[in-house]
Amino acid sequence: MHIVVCVKQVPDTKVIKVNPKTNTLDRSSAPAILNPYDAHAVEEAVRIKQQHGGKITVVSMGPPQAINAIRKCIEIGADEGVLISDRAFAGADTLATSYALTKAIEKVQKQEPIDLILCGKHAIDGDTGQVGPGIARRMSIPPITNVIKVENVASKEGKVEVRRKIENGYEILQSTTPCLLTVEKEINEVAYSPLPNMIKAAKYEPAVWSVKDLDDVDMTKLGMKGSPTVVGKMWPPAKSAGAKLIEGDAKSQVKQLISIVLEKRQLFEQKGGR
Amino acid sequence: MKVEEYKGVWVFIEQIEGNVVGVSLELLGAGRALADKLEVDLCGVLLGQNVKHIPKQLFEYGADKVYVIDDPILENYRSETYMKAVGDLVRKYKPEIFLYGATSNGKDLASAVATEVMTGLTADTTMLDIDLENRFFEASRPAFGGNIMATILCKKHRPQMATVRSKVMKAIDPQPGRTGEVIQEKIKIKEDDLRTKVLQIVRDTSKKVNLAEADIIVSAGKGVKDANGFKLVCDLADVLNATVGASRDVVEAGLIGHAHQVGQTGETVTPKLYFAIGISGAVQHVVGMNNSETIIAINNDPNAQIFNAAHYGIVGDLFEIVPLLIQEFKVALKEVGGVKTHA
Repeated sequence: MHIVVCVKQVPDTKVIKVNPKTNTLDRSSAPAILNPYDAHAVEEAVRIKQQHGGKITVVSMGPPQAINAIRKCIEIGADEGVLISDRAFAGADTLATSYALTKAIEKVQKQEPIDLILCGKHAIDGDTGQVGPGIARRMSIPPITNVIKVENVASKEGKVEVRRKIENGYEILQSTTPCLLTVEKEINEVAYSPLPNMIKAAKYEPAVWSVKDLDDVDMTKLGMKGSPTVVGKMWPPAKSAGAKLIEGDAKSQVKQLISIVLEKRQLFEQKGGR
Repeated sequence: MKVEEYKGVWVFIEQIEGNVVGVSLELLGAGRALADKLEVDLCGVLLGQNVKHIPKQLFEYGADKVYVIDDPILENYRSETYMKAVGDLVRKYKPEIFLYGATSNGKDLASAVATEVMTGLTADTTMLDIDLENRFFEASRPAFGGNIMATILCKKHRPQMATVRSKVMKAIDPQPGRTGEVIQEKIKIKEDDLRTKVLQIVRDTSKKVNLAEADIIVSAGKGVKDANGFKLVCDLADVLNATVGASRDVVEAGLIGHAHQVGQTGETVTPKLYFAIGISGAVQHVVGMNNSETIIAINNDPNAQIFNAAHYGIVGDLFEIVPLLIQEFKVALKEVGGVKTHA
């Protein structure tokens, strides 16, 4: 099986700070990491490969430093990585990003046919989850989002069965391959990397492709030019007035709080009230 | 593309076994305001099998027209079929704005349709407005883990599309007897040509982990320290017939499953009552719960950020406060007659 995993290097939103004067993000305040959901996608690819054999190729778009995210994937167990990096890609929204990544995947596919494409559910810096389905549509393969379990891979028959999270439960879907899956965190736990992987990753140099290395590219579909959406204004989220603190000793605090809660009459039965 | 050829506000109507999901009615409410501002029709897009009874309800909730495709092939949601059906409708009728609920299926569909018709899509929006001068749709959302709000515009492509989180918008009060126009359409796909099949749908009706729909959520943060502290939170939730939530730290400590996690990498919730117990209030958590109607924080650190997000706060030791709360709620709830199962 040939599995392609799409990954993104993101600023760690857990620690990123906003410059209060300019309302812009201070990117230098946040370390760049492999998008956590993508790590689970790579891990799932590794598990499928353990059962069915084959190869895992990681594809990413980003600045030259993004090779570090690819190295992290090698550490988890990917075999090869490709970074597409070019000024022409800069400022891309999800539509333009899915176009550029599709062009890269098409090139990978020419070298070796692809059975499965995996993506994280979404990237933590954009939170959209739109690029994966976009790639699937562009490649005319079925997308299955929010996958929490790969039930079965029948590589010979060219079929997969997966569990997809929906509101109030899950559904089991069957798809022919190739198809594209986006995975939730609960699909697996990313295992500690074995030492040989870490050694390989430290020295690993992924292929870096510029726009010239890709075939049949429509330049108007790339980067800012190819992006229908633009960011208008940005502002810090409204700060609430802050909590009204309930004073007194513990007993009195609890009593006051309970009467505040019981004010929400629609939540409680009203004995004798009606 | 001639943007002026595109008219009207559309809402994708999600239904499960013939019942419209809440967010779709909320979007009709939000869409009604946008359509009135633009002086255009508000239209529902309804796909499924045996759904002909639904348009009547949609008219009462503000729709002027409903496009219906009722076909066995659409019985269960699939990207393949729904994307094709909706894409065809968009090409034929040319709406200027198209809203979807930010549910699993709504997000899946919106992403696929955006690529299908090559237009812009803004995910997980929480504020919608119109720049009337330019007729632009202003879709705003928290960005970068909630550190900032951003308005996204789609100036030259139509429809301007957005997914909208559940319980952020308000449905209008239904107007009995309000009617509209039903437009029947067809889908031209054969089952044999499809590559995906829904084999089974399993709905968890125990609703224990349905955070998104919960009226009361009691959430634990790392201040609960260990399983004993966490149990206190669970006991309080029990007394209140509430759903248990958790911060990322608590989930990562293995005290409860990821399905209970509230925040950026968990669920976004909007209950009527949210208890944050021993939660510091990092922005990644707050972004997942700050649309709750009333937020109550209990924390021993008076400087904890959670007190900025909360409406009411108790600065105190949760190991003292929560047991008292459990005890006193038991008494008080007996007096009023208990918690309603559905508020």
